[in-house]
Amino acid sequence: MSEKVIPDPLNIIICGVGGQGNIVASELLASALVEKGFRATVGETYGASQRGGSVMSHVRISKTLEYGVLIPQHKAHLIVGFEPMETLRIARDYANKETTTIFDPRPNYPLGVLIGEAAYPSLQEVEDELCDRCGFVWKIPATDLALSTGNFRAANIALMGALTALPQVPVEAADYDRVMAQRFPEKVLAQNQEVFVLGYEAMRELLEMNR
Amino acid sequence: MEWMTTLDSPGKVFLLQGNEAIVRGALEAGIHFAAAYPGSPSSEILTMLGRIADKRGFYAEWSTNETCALEACMGASFAHARSLCIMKQNGLMTVGDALHTCGLSGVKGGLVLVVADDPSAHSSTNEFDSRNMAVSANIPMLEPSTIQDAKDMIPYAFELSEQLQQIVMIRTVTRINHGRSNVVLGELPKSLRPLKAIGEWDRFVGINWFHESQWEKMDQAGEIFEKSPFNTYEGPEKPALLIITSGTGRLYSREALDTLEEGMSVEVFRNHWFHSREALDTPEVRNKIGILSIGTSWPLPERLVLGHAKKAGKILVVEEVDPFLERGVAAILGKEKDFSVEILGKGKNGVLPRVFELDPDRVRNAIAKALGVDAKDEVPAPAPAAGVTARELTFCAGCPHRATFFIVKQALELTETQGVVMGDIGCYTLGAQRAGHYLISFLGCMGAGINAAEGLGQLNRFGFDQPVVAFSGDSTFFHSCLPGLVNARYHNANMLFVILDNSATAMTGFQPHPGIGRTAMGHPAEPVSIQKVVEAIGCPVTTADPYDVEGGIRLVYDLLKQPGLKVLIFQQPCVTAHIRTIEKTKIWVDPELCRGDACGCGRFCSRIWGCPANIWDDANKRAAIDEVVCAGCGVCVSLCPAGAIKMVEKEAV
Repeated sequence: MSEKVIPDPLNIIICGVGGQGNIVASELLASALVEKGFRATVGETYGASQRGGSVMSHVRISKTLEYGVLIPQHKAHLIVGFEPMETLRIARDYANKETTTIFDPRPNYPLGVLIGEAAYPSLQEVEDELCDRCGFVWKIPATDLALSTGNFRAANIALMGALTALPQVPVEAADYDRVMAQRFPEKVLAQNQEVFVLGYEAMRELLEMNR
Repeated sequence: MEWMTTLDSPGKVFLLQGNEAIVRGALEAGIHFAAAYPGSPSSEILTMLGRIADKRGFYAEWSTNETCALEACMGASFAHARSLCIMKQNGLMTVGDALHTCGLSGVKGGLVLVVADDPSAHSSTNEFDSRNMAVSANIPMLEPSTIQDAKDMIPYAFELSEQLQQIVMIRTVTRINHGRSNVVLGELPKSLRPLKAIGEWDRFVGINWFHESQWEKMDQAGEIFEKSPFNTYEGPEKPALLIITSGTGRLYSREALDTLEEGMSVEVFRNHWFHSREALDTPEVRNKIGILSIGTSWPLPERLVLGHAKKAGKILVVEEVDPFLERGVAAILGKEKDFSVEILGKGKNGVLPRVFELDPDRVRNAIAKALGVDAKDEVPAPAPAAGVTARELTFCAGCPHRATFFIVKQALELTETQGVVMGDIGCYTLGAQRAGHYLISFLGCMGAGINAAEGLGQLNRFGFDQPVVAFSGDSTFFHSCLPGLVNARYHNANMLFVILDNSATAMTGFQPHPGIGRTAMGHPAEPVSIQKVVEAIGCPVTTADPYDVEGGIRLVYDLLKQPGLKVLIFQQPCVTAHIRTIEKTKIWVDPELCRGDACGCGRFCSRIWGCPANIWDDANKRAAIDEVVCAGCGVCVSLCPAGAIKMVEKEAV
């Protein structure tokens, strides 16, 4: 078991828009934890997610007990957001003053915004409100990091890298290597590992700068 | 992740999805036969079974509909095969007759029916509670409360089915099917049990002659359930509050005891929280509350329930969707002479809402209400500041349905009459929303659209002259539109039947259907041609590519002008299912040619066309393409009035 001191259960929410790789990310995280001897549960709310809807996964980790798959409101310790407005939507229901939030600031516009009937909040507004609700808020340009390797679909992996760099999460990069190797063919694995490291390093840098 | 479900390593622990756990349970039970029709949240089960069927030596099929699936399982059971049938709640509604006759006839080889309900209708049009069907069909039913249960109940249900010679239903819910948790693997059989020949006097007939023996099987099931390991009790000998729960309610209730206790000890310290502290002698919730979790939901273990109820101060029933257990418990206790206890549960005046799924907060609040304490959260959250808008569902970038709905909308407008559009079940159900210009005004179950259109199509004798259009997907066409098409053709209804053939059961995850040419096990099969079927029924049929929007509008307009039944097949593969082939093109907006708001098109591409890849570059006041989202279909290229949207082959870039 990890030496990191964590709350029990540790509640993590991974949220975004359908198609961003939310389910894969939560499955990787929870599998890595189960391999390390934890009890993990994942609740996936995807519904008709491939059709551009909001998606979230609840990951709960305990040393001993099995919990229901849903996290009670305002009990998330960590929120990982793949999209700014979705991060805020989830933070409103699940964050508290001690929550740490990591999010990709790249917006994905809903239909109402594209059509011009609704306005998308400014990044500053999103960030301000997130800071108001959470203890720590970190911006990780995950899509840009993934795009820099020519593989924009791996933004989810960049964010998992960033999450792993946080002291609260009892997994290491090597744990991901193991579970990713079980799931991805060689070429995709190498691409994902590259992006994972970029996310991990980006988070490390942010933590260093804010020490 | 079907590889985890096939490992021969009993005792090993894996993170499994509920649907993976069901697959593993099926392997441990040594199934011979599996059949299903896709439907969220159950679809992953047969997808995985299909992939491993050859390796494990059993048979798996995506049947054309749920009735085909269940009756195929009944046939296999006749030869003593262990058969697993899987569907969602709506599927169960369509198999009502088959299920009831199966209950009368009983089974030979074990037959287990997994029905996945969708409380809150996350990916359904409704949240019907299929448990009521087990009562009506008079068959035993189980409900897993954890992912481990979901695995363990499958072999248990097969044993029970063979012991009783009766079909056994397992009702799961979205949070089980699409939840993941640690699962301890059990043993896999070394080989599958041999089948038996059907003898001259063997019978499998669902006639009323067997009604009494069906009841006797239920009596026997009730006795077995009194001692079932899936019914558990945790708590004090005489609880002030007895929670009777099934499914997800067990873990939510257990956690609520922790969070309530936490909240209360904080509040006792602050000395002002709960309104009636007298309700509890001590703040220790755990000493007051017992949880009776019922895994064998029908028939209920009456003596077990009664025994616990008699020691309880009050009862709270926690379950998903209908007050099914609640009614069952009330019926058991109501028969008891000189006994009365308060039962709290769902309803207008209940402590739990009567619609939507449970969650830890709802259950916590219900328990607090039952105890007469305040469950308010400690920290009030800040008020919302930024504007967060709804993220409504839309067709994927490049989806052929976007083009189809645009075509039909334009063609109907050209007729200058109020057309009536009947929808059906699939991705194109979104045609009832903004994504489809709100075209669909009638939506029922699968296959309802064509039948309702046939009805409207007979009303011209009353002067009804609005054009009538019915939509169906390709999988839906095979599933439930064939009798409707025969009916409409025979009675020559005035209607246009549009088949949206995207070569996929797209909504549920691209499962193959009879038009695809590939089976669930990955074997090639001769596809059934929708066009030939329609022609053979005797309908005039036209095929077209929805990506040709202009041609499509002219075609639909012409068809709408013709009397009688017309069939149009729009053929274009689902972009999400075939994404790898289409990503070869790159779409971009030439900022020199796009005139922005000066164009007069009203930002057609981003505002009217509504593809998530057609965005507006607010800094430059020009249209743009989100390259991360764009699928490269190129339809917007043909629609831009200024010709500003360009397409190039990616290799040439």
